[in-house]
Amino acid sequence: MAFFQVEKLVKYFGGLAAVNGVSFQVEKGEILGLIGPNGSGKTTTFNMISAYHRPTSGRVIFKGQEIHRLPTHKICKLGIGRTFQVVKPLGRMSVLDNVIAAAYSRVNSHAEAHDLALETIRFCGMASVKDQLAKALPIAGRKRLEIARAMATKPELLLLDETAAGLNPTELIEAIDLIKKIRENGTTIVIIEHIMHVIMTISDRIHAINFGQTIAEGTPQEVASNKAVIEAYLGTDYA
Amino acid sequence: MKKNLVPLVVLAALAVFPLVVADNYYRHLMILFLMWVVIGSAWNLIAGYTGQVSFGDAAFFGSGAYAAGLLSHHLQISAWWGLALGGFVAVAVGLPFGWICFRMRGAYFALATLALNEVLRHGAAIAEGFTGGMVGILIMPSFVSKVPYYYVALGMAVASMISIQWIVRAKPGYYFVSIREDQDAAESLGINTHFYKMLSLAIAAFWTGVAGSLYMNYMGFIDPDVVFSLHDISIMAILVGIVGGVGTVYGPMVGAFVMVTVQELFRSGFFGLLAFLGKATGSGAIEAIAKTITGAHVLGFGILVVVVILVLPNGIVGDWPKIRNAVFRTKTAA
Repeated sequence: MAFFQVEKLVKYFGGLAAVNGVSFQVEKGEILGLIGPNGSGKTTTFNMISAYHRPTSGRVIFKGQEIHRLPTHKICKLGIGRTFQVVKPLGRMSVLDNVIAAAYSRVNSHAEAHDLALETIRFCGMASVKDQLAKALPIAGRKRLEIARAMATKPELLLLDETAAGLNPTELIEAIDLIKKIRENGTTIVIIEHIMHVIMTISDRIHAINFGQTIAEGTPQEVASNKAVIEAYLGTDYA
Repeated sequence: MKKNLVPLVVLAALAVFPLVVADNYYRHLMILFLMWVVIGSAWNLIAGYTGQVSFGDAAFFGSGAYAAGLLSHHLQISAWWGLALGGFVAVAVGLPFGWICFRMRGAYFALATLALNEVLRHGAAIAEGFTGGMVGILIMPSFVSKVPYYYVALGMAVASMISIQWIVRAKPGYYFVSIREDQDAAESLGINTHFYKMLSLAIAAFWTGVAGSLYMNYMGFIDPDVVFSLHDISIMAILVGIVGGVGTVYGPMVGAFVMVTVQELFRSGFFGLLAFLGKATGSGAIEAIAKTITGAHVLGFGILVVVVILVLPNGIVGDWPKIRNAVFRTKTAA
């Protein structure tokens, strides 16, 4: 039994199949990269896992339990955290309060939530901005806050949706370091990313989709040399 | 300690107020003020902290008032029992409403609260056999003096503010504000947004209902148009919240004070000043204004809201540093 798996996930928006039969498995402690061109159904897959969308059909199984009928907040409690591609900072709250709100999913007293939040903020390297309002953060800070907030819910599986997009080279290195640190901490990760340098560096395996369907899966080297993947990204001329 | 100094001084001043001021008119105004502190704090919880703007506070206010009134009218029990019951009746109205309507977000939810308000107003007017319809309910006040009512209202204002502050500073408070800031993000953090919106609504409805019961006891008369009034209760609650400062601790208190004062300024024709001026100068124009201005408090509200939103978008308490700076600067300049 895999640690986490999605099985033949399908999502129709009206007549459009955004995701059409995607299946993959993730083992504990691994980093799975999810790649594909724009509109290929990556974020929709994440939204089905975290129950923002109900799958039209298919199953999501986490530690042996079917979770695709549970509401979003219960999925978080089970141990699946996520970040948003279009960042969703709780703008008029400080960075610390953002993370405290997340920490309350694991503890009940204010003192415990405060401690857990501070620990998470230090882990994510945001201690220097903890008292700033979330809306005052630049994009790199907001992306990092997404991760810090998700980490404060103590996830066993973390879904990262383009957390490196829009970062400059220095910030990119920091982001990669943080993701590696999270994995060393024992958290399993599924990551959506367009920046090839990031996804090739950190993924153990890569799952490529296009038009809502799986086109390749394997190690970064295998996927990078896969004909269908090159075709999807660069067109038939290059394949 | 210094942080608590101002509230304690205000509380002490409020506690001795009826002992110092014997004039029933001012005591009456202060009772209204305290009642609005309760309603404003409740509105601030659901709209200011949780971000679910309610246009229908009168639904809860009226439910509380009718709970007390009907109890006394039908069962000949003292309407004071309604003070306890009224809050729970308002919660009983609010929970099924919230359970259904919290599926809607933003303006759609606000419109639903407006509908709830109107449904209850018409319902109370139509169900003549039970509520007395437009004739309303008249009960004998328990006290001739205003002092007992004043202290009940003061106790209520303090209890509502303390209880709401206590909740806002704990886990539910973080959850309420998270929901206000981004409901989808809140869900991803393990927050059962539907449940916490209901919790916030229930607490707000409870205190608004309690305020309604006090109104029944104090005024001795209610009818559907008075307690389910859109502009006298629901809109007034919003104004108290906005003028004082949305999502601030003491905003509703400042807002209640300003709004009751403004309402009374207009209602009394600036405390009879205009009528006096009219007589003294013999000017017909001022006398005419004095007669019509008493009905123009709604106009005053409108102007006040426009000014507040333009100049102090975060309310008097929310923009207090701004006000302090402006005053300070003009002083140094002069």
